[in-house]
Amino acid sequence: MRGWTGPLVVLAIVVVTATVTRIGRAMRPFVLATIPLIASILLVNTFLYPGAEDVLFRLGPLAATGTGLTEALQAGLRVVAFALSVAVFSLTTPTDDLLADLERRGVGRRGVFVVGSAIRTIPRMAERAGEIVEAQRARGLDTEGSWLRRIRGILPLAGPMILGAVTDVEERTVALEARAFSAPARRTVIRPIPDSPPERAVRWIAGLGAVTLVVLGIAGVLRLP
Amino acid sequence: MTNTAADRPLEGGLLTLAGVRYQYAGASDWALDGVDLSVEAGRVLAVVGPNDAGKSTLALVASGLAPLAVGGRLEGSVLLGGHETRGLAAHEAAQRCGILFQNPSTQLSGTAHTVWEEVAFGPRNVGLGLAEIVERVEGSLAALRIEHLAPRDPARLSGGQAQLVALASVLALRPRCLALDEPTSQLDPEGTRLVGEAIRRLAGDLGSAILVTEHKTALLERVADTAIALRDGTVVARGTVREVLDDPELVGLGVDPPPAVRLRRALAAAGVPADVRGRALAALTTLDAPGGAEARG
Repeated sequence: MRGWTGPLVVLAIVVVTATVTRIGRAMRPFVLATIPLIASILLVNTFLYPGAEDVLFRLGPLAATGTGLTEALQAGLRVVAFALSVAVFSLTTPTDDLLADLERRGVGRRGVFVVGSAIRTIPRMAERAGEIVEAQRARGLDTEGSWLRRIRGILPLAGPMILGAVTDVEERTVALEARAFSAPARRTVIRPIPDSPPERAVRWIAGLGAVTLVVLGIAGVLRLP
Repeated sequence: MTNTAADRPLEGGLLTLAGVRYQYAGASDWALDGVDLSVEAGRVLAVVGPNDAGKSTLALVASGLAPLAVGGRLEGSVLLGGHETRGLAAHEAAQRCGILFQNPSTQLSGTAHTVWEEVAFGPRNVGLGLAEIVERVEGSLAALRIEHLAPRDPARLSGGQAQLVALASVLALRPRCLALDEPTSQLDPEGTRLVGEAIRRLAGDLGSAILVTEHKTALLERVADTAIALRDGTVVARGTVREVLDDPELVGLGVDPPPAVRLRRALAAAGVPADVRGRALAALTTLDAPGGAEARG
């Protein structure tokens, strides 16, 4: 058994943070995204938990067990806690601020650029995919028929997408050199992120708390899931 | 073909190529073969030629990016403000000679949320102080008269605006030379006009030495002082821009002469008297000038 405390504590923190920052409504898509996973966890664990004999009810050849259901609920709770923590992080932390701060803390400009560029490239890639689909459709490719037809249509879409992306990378690499990207100087930070003493204190406490829990777990004082 | 002394290839320009041969890595042929040219401060050198003549390669070599960033084999000498590019790092060459590519979307960093931040990308890379960055960004935007674009998202600009932002981003590194590789190839007439005006301003106001490769000869006729024609990586004509663009053999290279030259030839071939030809050409020049369309309307 995994226990309830860990995920419930995380969920409590998530709920408080979401309430204070008023992001509850924006978190709905994250919750919805977990539904397929939660459903599969519930079904598999409830009906197929190995060794469980406390049968609650039967459904044909399958038996739902109390142990399996408890296990499923705990695992599902962990998934929700994890998904919502990610939601709180992404909804309360602008990517630009995160990247700017990482850069200020000395993370290499290449790493920061790759992350930032990837994030900004996603909408552009989506736009390009749309353009290619339109172009292929204009040439008679069926992009809306049966699943089989759609799958067949992926190749003409993926080819130009991948080739285009590779060409882009080559050009962009040279273009970056043209803008002194490889200069050895430390990159100037133009937008320092405000960081108050209470915020710093909370970060330290959270970090130390996490390390403490892991150490206590390894030492056998706390039971690790 | 035309070959006059007007270009004086090797006389102490800000950008000088002497006996340059360049071969891409893995290639067996020379993409450039024996190119000599020189561009002085405040002057614009036009480079014309068919596709695959070596125009883009020339821009890369002139900027130092080939071979510093692209690789390959360079023979001869490329001097940026008197410094051999061979001894420079890519980021040092970028501060001596900026290069503008055909497609602004690949030139922009893709990481900035505003045009201001995009233009600041280069100066930040070289670790300049904040005050210097602010001054350079605002100076570059002002030089191209696009200060109003500063708060805009670079991903949501028109082609012409994006190309001007890309140019401003290059200028922010304060290079004395510029290599512009078909800067208007993806632009509509308005975007082309904006870039053309910017090129003249950069040469006139900032004294930049500019090498510009283009297929739009009407634009080159307006912005360039001298010109060379390339074929298979070799300079086959050089002279003032009028001389080179007027060269009847240019058509054989697949280069369309500017409208004024085509009109003059057509009128002459039709036997139109010289005074009428003169008036027609004057009218065409008026139409081609900035604001000409409005004057016509």
